[in-house]
Amino acid sequence: MYETNYHRASSIEDAVKLRQAAGEGKYLSGGMTLIPTMKQRLAAPTDLVDVRQIQDMKGIRVTGRTVRIGAATSHFDVASSAELAAVCPAITGLASHIGDPHVRHMGTIGGSIANNDPAADYPSAMLALDATIVTDRREIAAGDFFTGLFETALEDGELVTAITFEAPAKAGYQKFANPASRYAMTGVFVVRRDNGDIRVAVTGAGSSGVFRHKGMEAALAGNWSPDALAGVTVDASDLLSDIHADAGYRANLVKVMAKRAVAAA
Amino acid sequence: MGVEGIGARVARKEDKRFLTGKGRYTDDMSVPGMKYAIFVRSPYAHAKIRSIDATAAKAMPGVIGVLDGKQLLADGIGNLICGWMIHSKDGSPMKMGAWRPLAHETVRYVGDAVAIVVADSVAEAKDAAEAVVVDYEELPVVTDATKALEQGQPQLHPEAPNNLIFDWQIGDPAATDKAIAAAAHVTEITIHNNRLSPNPMEPRATLGIYDGGDDHYTCYTTSQNPHVARLVMSAFYNVAPENKLRVIAPDVGGGFGSKIYIYPEEIVCLWASKRTGVPVKWTSDRTEAFLTDAHGRDHLSKVKMAFDANNRIIGLKVDTVANLGAYMSLFSSAVPTYLYATLLSGQYDIPAIHANVRTVYTNTAPVDAYRGAGRPEATYLLERTMETAARELGVSPAELRRVNFIRSFPHQTPVIMNYDAGDYDASLDAAMKAADWNGFAARKAEAARRGMKRGIGMSCYIEACGIAPSAAVGSLGAGVGLWESAEVRVNAVGTIEVLTGSHSHGQGHETTFAQLVADRFGVPIDSVNIVHGDTDKVQMGMGTYGSRSGAVGMSAVVKALDKVEAKAKKIAAHLMEADESDIVIENGELKVAGTDKSVPWFQMALSAYTAHNLPPGMEPGLKEGAFYDPANFTFPAGCYICEVEVDPETGVTKIIQFVAADDFGNIINPMIVEGQVHGGLAQGIGQALLEGVHYDPGNGQLLTASYMDYAMPRADDLPSFTVSTSNTPCPSNPLGIKGCGEAGAIGSPPALINAITDAIGNNRLTMPATPQKVWAAAHAAN
Repeated sequence: MYETNYHRASSIEDAVKLRQAAGEGKYLSGGMTLIPTMKQRLAAPTDLVDVRQIQDMKGIRVTGRTVRIGAATSHFDVASSAELAAVCPAITGLASHIGDPHVRHMGTIGGSIANNDPAADYPSAMLALDATIVTDRREIAAGDFFTGLFETALEDGELVTAITFEAPAKAGYQKFANPASRYAMTGVFVVRRDNGDIRVAVTGAGSSGVFRHKGMEAALAGNWSPDALAGVTVDASDLLSDIHADAGYRANLVKVMAKRAVAAA
Repeated sequence: MGVEGIGARVARKEDKRFLTGKGRYTDDMSVPGMKYAIFVRSPYAHAKIRSIDATAAKAMPGVIGVLDGKQLLADGIGNLICGWMIHSKDGSPMKMGAWRPLAHETVRYVGDAVAIVVADSVAEAKDAAEAVVVDYEELPVVTDATKALEQGQPQLHPEAPNNLIFDWQIGDPAATDKAIAAAAHVTEITIHNNRLSPNPMEPRATLGIYDGGDDHYTCYTTSQNPHVARLVMSAFYNVAPENKLRVIAPDVGGGFGSKIYIYPEEIVCLWASKRTGVPVKWTSDRTEAFLTDAHGRDHLSKVKMAFDANNRIIGLKVDTVANLGAYMSLFSSAVPTYLYATLLSGQYDIPAIHANVRTVYTNTAPVDAYRGAGRPEATYLLERTMETAARELGVSPAELRRVNFIRSFPHQTPVIMNYDAGDYDASLDAAMKAADWNGFAARKAEAARRGMKRGIGMSCYIEACGIAPSAAVGSLGAGVGLWESAEVRVNAVGTIEVLTGSHSHGQGHETTFAQLVADRFGVPIDSVNIVHGDTDKVQMGMGTYGSRSGAVGMSAVVKALDKVEAKAKKIAAHLMEADESDIVIENGELKVAGTDKSVPWFQMALSAYTAHNLPPGMEPGLKEGAFYDPANFTFPAGCYICEVEVDPETGVTKIIQFVAADDFGNIINPMIVEGQVHGGLAQGIGQALLEGVHYDPGNGQLLTASYMDYAMPRADDLPSFTVSTSNTPCPSNPLGIKGCGEAGAIGSPPALINAITDAIGNNRLTMPATPQKVWAAAHAAN
């Protein structure tokens, strides 16, 4: 790791100010990706602004079916929230399978979505839940937020402070974990709302990051059941190939995980 | 058996230290003035070094020195060597290319060391290492061994045309070809044994200390055999004469073979300590470990197994290409030859065997012994072939094995080994019973109703341990003898120190070796200390690998204990005015048999040292040493059965049960033996399902250089194991021990792959059987 300056921000305003004052600064919200990357000398921010202790960015609030999760809320806190499980158990279940206990106690939802690792779990949930990403300066719809591999709509210095979403009638998430890293080799989050809206979001498989599968959404709109997906074709041409799984196998996994997510919803 | 003696389930003495963070590993060592080393490593798999410019690096903060291969050469430091001479079938010696500890002309794999930077801190050394400018001229790359043998491929070493190191054979080619021609059935199969990274929990580390006052060197290092390290560094690398070089391997956190070898870093840190005048410590990071620790396996073999009309094997022909990587590591030549092809008879009476082995240089990390070393390759090949043959012949896998089992001992195989004892039916019966083999059909049907494909597979392995009779291995090309030494020192108060040339890096020697003493003298194991891993304390030893500590190392201890016992009885007899033949040792006392006369052990010991009342002519003191050279290899064997369920939608394999029934000979500590089996099974299952080193074939970059991409087995990948033993004592050593350290890793891969191929009905499957491969095979025609 190269030398870096560590700052612990006390408020959102403090964090933004510290980040603006830094040369090549980075927000640190758990650091489960950033710190290992820095240790390998692949990233060299001059300053780290730790936002994990900002009280306004922590905690889960459920009002009716409206959910607000502070960006600095740990995966463990999401996974163990009874309030949240009562309205959207799919997202608590998702959080309970991120990384390992150490990661779940350090990593945060804001850190995860701002990093937008193409194999991370949360982006699929945000996209399928049509969540709103709240920052220090605006609100961004999840559909506009995730723009590519490790790319988001965040501007330089913009800080994710919370995410909000309306809990749907049904939601399910199934992940096929990479045997080595246990990141999602393919993860599918499905949502059905009372008004009949369906969203199917896929992580871990797309060569441009998280994406919605319109074909499966259409099939499920007519018939919300795993069997409805039997006839859907998943095009492998936009999917990732690597030493663990080629695009053809990932295409199969997208469909199998989607079926299982619907069954679990 | 006493509560702490042979056969007792004693908790490991060393675990308190390990589990409370009090272990002392090489990286824990600190000496005054110590500085830190970082190696500049090649980012290319094959390149010429045009120049190295360290000017900027030397001016960086905290930098003590930057040294390169030309300086190393100028100081007369020798090439790294392979210590086992193999001759090709045309009589020519193996073609060993030069391996410089720091490359100065050519780099041959990603991670090849080219310079060492010594600085006040690791961070400063890293900064300076980045500032060393190496001008490389990239060369074409070959990573696959079969391809490397083809015409027109990149050439690694001028000494080895077409990258061929040797073309060796064993057995009788004519008799084998004749058997195949006359066979009622021939099973043919191609077997790939995947390349593995050893992954000990503790990465390699070394601390080199040069003392200019005495012109003396001390090397702390992560070694399984510190005496061999000293021997090789003094005799071949010209680091220092033996009497001026002390090698200490303190607590070592796992080796699995990878810490047998002498690596460039030990040599370079010692030399750099002299050059810079400061003690130099280097600790590998995990990526360096993936890049530079010697890998294991990487064989491709074509197999023909011939059967007569009664399903008896009449011939076995094997043609193997083994990838040895960019350089010949210390025992790399022995692994795919005498540790591999000599086990190709398995548990079976095979009249004719012929194996041909070609070893090949490629632009990959050196390959050497890894848990099992050659024997897993032989077992996987044989047991997958047997399973395939059983399916082709339409007989049950157990029946085919039973028809061919060796049942009379000693048994001379056509490939050197002389099996001394075993009962292969006993292991097979025990495993089938434990696995409820006969109930499998019902379980398969039940799984099918759930949409799952259930399969069962077995593996009957044999291995050769207790390595090894010195004259025999010498005649086969070994550069060393493979005896072991021991010294037993009884202190004046009766406590005991056992000095052994064996080295414990997870095996529990501090407990099991003490159990031997407790068993013999009836003293508590807490009064026995095991001393190992320091060339200044233990005179000489050959270290620990090949499951040799029990069969060879403990046998040396037994010989020394015999001498101690004889002298102790003489002393006691003298004290009690009895005949020494009437003295028995029980519960810490020396007694006159049939009387109530006794002398406590400590009093006898004290008498030995006060020397006030010793038998006439007897020397004071009580300390005896012994060397033990084994008469034969030992032959652990067993039967493993694995039952799996494959999810046809995803290709995920779930292990339902794994049964291991082993014959390890006599057992000192069943709990430690079970732990060894569990660990071995985890590694074998890792090889079969998860682990595999991948290089980019185009540029030789290591694609599996971290745990993000190299899949290690975790607890939730593994079932609860069902283990048992049915033991036949080994006749060739005094304790009847065969060895248990590698069996799990040897026997398990074929059982698992046989189970998966049974489940999916397709035999075309390579390790690791990843979900993608299993899914593809399950949906492809056989």
